[in-house]
Amino acid sequence: MARSSKKEARKESIITTALKLFSEKGFYTTTIPDIAEKVGMSVGNFYNYFSSKDILAKELIMYISSYLGARIREINERPVDAKTKIAAIVSMYFEMATEKPEMIEYFLRVYLSNREVFGEGCEGMVCVSPFITELMLFFESGVASGELRDQDFFSAFGLFMGYLGGMVFLFGEKILPEPLSYYEASIAENIYHALKAP
Amino acid sequence: MPSRPRKLRLLWLQGVTCNGNSHAFLNLPWLDALLERFDIMYHPLLPSLYSLEAVAACDMTCDVLVFEGAFAPGLRRGEKGLGALLEHYAQQASYVVAAGSCASFGGMFKDAMPEGSGLAFVHDKPGGPLARQGVINLSGCPVHPEWLGYALMMIADNETIALDALHRPKALYSHLAHDGCLRNEYFEWKVDAKQFGQKEGCLFYEQGCRGPLTHASCNRTLWNEVSSKMRVGTPCFGCTEPDFPRRNLFETKTNMSIPEEVPIGVTKRSYLTLTGIAKSFRVQRLESRLIEDE
Repeated sequence: MARSSKKEARKESIITTALKLFSEKGFYTTTIPDIAEKVGMSVGNFYNYFSSKDILAKELIMYISSYLGARIREINERPVDAKTKIAAIVSMYFEMATEKPEMIEYFLRVYLSNREVFGEGCEGMVCVSPFITELMLFFESGVASGELRDQDFFSAFGLFMGYLGGMVFLFGEKILPEPLSYYEASIAENIYHALKAP
Repeated sequence: MPSRPRKLRLLWLQGVTCNGNSHAFLNLPWLDALLERFDIMYHPLLPSLYSLEAVAACDMTCDVLVFEGAFAPGLRRGEKGLGALLEHYAQQASYVVAAGSCASFGGMFKDAMPEGSGLAFVHDKPGGPLARQGVINLSGCPVHPEWLGYALMMIADNETIALDALHRPKALYSHLAHDGCLRNEYFEWKVDAKQFGQKEGCLFYEQGCRGPLTHASCNRTLWNEVSSKMRVGTPCFGCTEPDFPRRNLFETKTNMSIPEEVPIGVTKRSYLTLTGIAKSFRVQRLESRLIEDE
């Protein structure tokens, strides 16, 4: 394996390990030695990859945003109507929350709950741009095609992602009696009815 | 001493028009110098060699035919059908110039006149009485007098005028009206103008400005040598484009707060990415009035 790709693989390993630890133990109680130990590297070597925990935290949210953005972009580019896209986004999001819970957990429990960590360098939409941009494109094309009602972007965004985030939170807290997939169809239907043009 | 070259004979005819291009032309600062290069056979406002009736007799020819206004098949000028008049003079002319958006693409009057057209285009498609003839389109509502002056002086000097796909001179219509706009710093940081007539804010986000979507050099060659719509706080209406006039000129069409159209040559995904990031930074200097009202 070439040196650069080996380094990339190690970086990826730190990212996935840190995501799990942050989402399980919390951001402040997880230390760099905890992450380094779990990855199987020295603390000194860890700093060759990320110079601080805050910088790692920002890198993680950009990693998740790029991942989510790429998944939604793939749905956006399908030649289907907005209703079908809503169902696909709900399904993708719940699948991600089930298969890779650390990603959504990190978003909800670290990024949204520790805003002080994400000040400089992650202002506003800077670190979540790929994800937000794809949702903008989804909403814009839905209104342009006449399927969705024209309204303020954040009103629609909050309705869609707040709903999904809330369900994943309940799932994470083990409050939901059924797995997330059980609710997919009804939630997609609810979102569509809330957003559709009269 | 070399003899002066023969002056070109210029004929200015009108279709369905508000006379805006004729009037704008009178504001050309170097109009006198330009007119020295031409014999004006007929112009509705300038001293002319012939009356419209004499021109309508069609027993003479011109070198340069300038046409203003939309073409209407049933219209008569000087007791002659406009179609026949154009056919006669365009056949003999070395150059035919469509002055303004109505003559170029149909413009404002085509909107209310289904049978109307430009000289050689109907909006962005070839059509009209001279569709098969090489017409130079100088779109604009009205045409910028400097652009008309440029084209006529190039003709007088026998210089080649390179044209774009819509027959507009590339030298005048390759840039966007956005180019040279004094509000570009506000555009970069996505700070909206909250009302018309102010020096601050970009007019693209809410006020309907078509600058980034319009081929024109209004901010490179200023109107009356001093100003442009955007400089005084009014949105560009996109008057040089074949889809002019659009509706709701003072309003940017948005879908869920997102502009339906983005600057020419930029994908919506790229534009929204850049916009989202730029909007994340608050530039205090750009968010308040530069000079507070007393």
